[in-house]
Amino acid sequence: MIVFQKPKSLTDAELHYCPGCTHGIIHRLVAEAIDTLGIEGKTIGVAPVGCAVMAYNYFACDMVEAAHGRAPAVATGLKRSLPENVIFTYQGDGDLASIGMAETVHAATRNENITVVFVNNAIYGMTGGQMAPTSLPGQVTQTSPYGRDVAVAGYPIRVCEMISKLDGPEYVARVAVNNVKNVKAAGKAILKAFQNQIEGKGFSLIEVVSSCPTNWGLTPEKALQWVDEKMIPYYPLGVYKDRSAEVTEK
Amino acid sequence: MAKVTFNTDICKGCGLCVLACPKKILVIAADKINKKGHSPAEMTDQEKCIGCAFCATMCPDCVITVEK
Repeated sequence: MIVFQKPKSLTDAELHYCPGCTHGIIHRLVAEAIDTLGIEGKTIGVAPVGCAVMAYNYFACDMVEAAHGRAPAVATGLKRSLPENVIFTYQGDGDLASIGMAETVHAATRNENITVVFVNNAIYGMTGGQMAPTSLPGQVTQTSPYGRDVAVAGYPIRVCEMISKLDGPEYVARVAVNNVKNVKAAGKAILKAFQNQIEGKGFSLIEVVSSCPTNWGLTPEKALQWVDEKMIPYYPLGVYKDRSAEVTEK
Repeated sequence: MAKVTFNTDICKGCGLCVLACPKKILVIAADKINKKGHSPAEMTDQEKCIGCAFCATMCPDCVITVEK
């Protein structure tokens, strides 16, 4: 009996990510959700600009490459013209929380019936490790060599907290992939985000706290520790908004 | 008995599976090298494996298949 194998919704292409990068885990969780729900034939993904720019090579479903940050806008168009299809976006923090902030907030407040997977690793990975809107105070990056100075660069944006304050979105949750327990919880949250869309409930955003061993200058092992010790205290995990649960409670 | 197979050619030797293994029977084979130029992960004692698939859960590259 097979306990674990590569999900069908991932292609055989070898991932280009650095050793120990947790993008691969998140790709697999999305693919597992697509497999579980049996929606491989009608799912359309929207790839971002950033490390995951070549996600279209890895997901075995139709994919669209959006301009930097515009994935939720492209997904809006896809969902409105093809309402029977399942549309997801896969975006990093440089994509979603920086140049794509307007698209994200407005898609959320319109409660567009799409699924957003947001990978937060607190740095611009693909371009070589510059400070991102989500970089932690004091974090050393290429463009903050003395650590992020909040007096100059401002404070990190907590996307889940901000989006969950809007009346629009259906489901907003933050998960992490730094250990087995958190990976399993992340898989469940991503599955729920896809289910919400199939049930027509509306906008679901899953923020996944991820690692970037290369640009943090850490080994894969130390990077996971850094997620635990630095990232999660600043970005607490949990469900920030779940409208269907609120309705049941009332 | 649990059976774990590694698609060694695509392993990047990051060691996340080694960290996750509760039985501590995975290692990065420092004396081997795969076609990508990395030292791949391997299992030292198949007998002790309990088939929990924690290694495969943490593997970013879907290198590992677990059977029971």
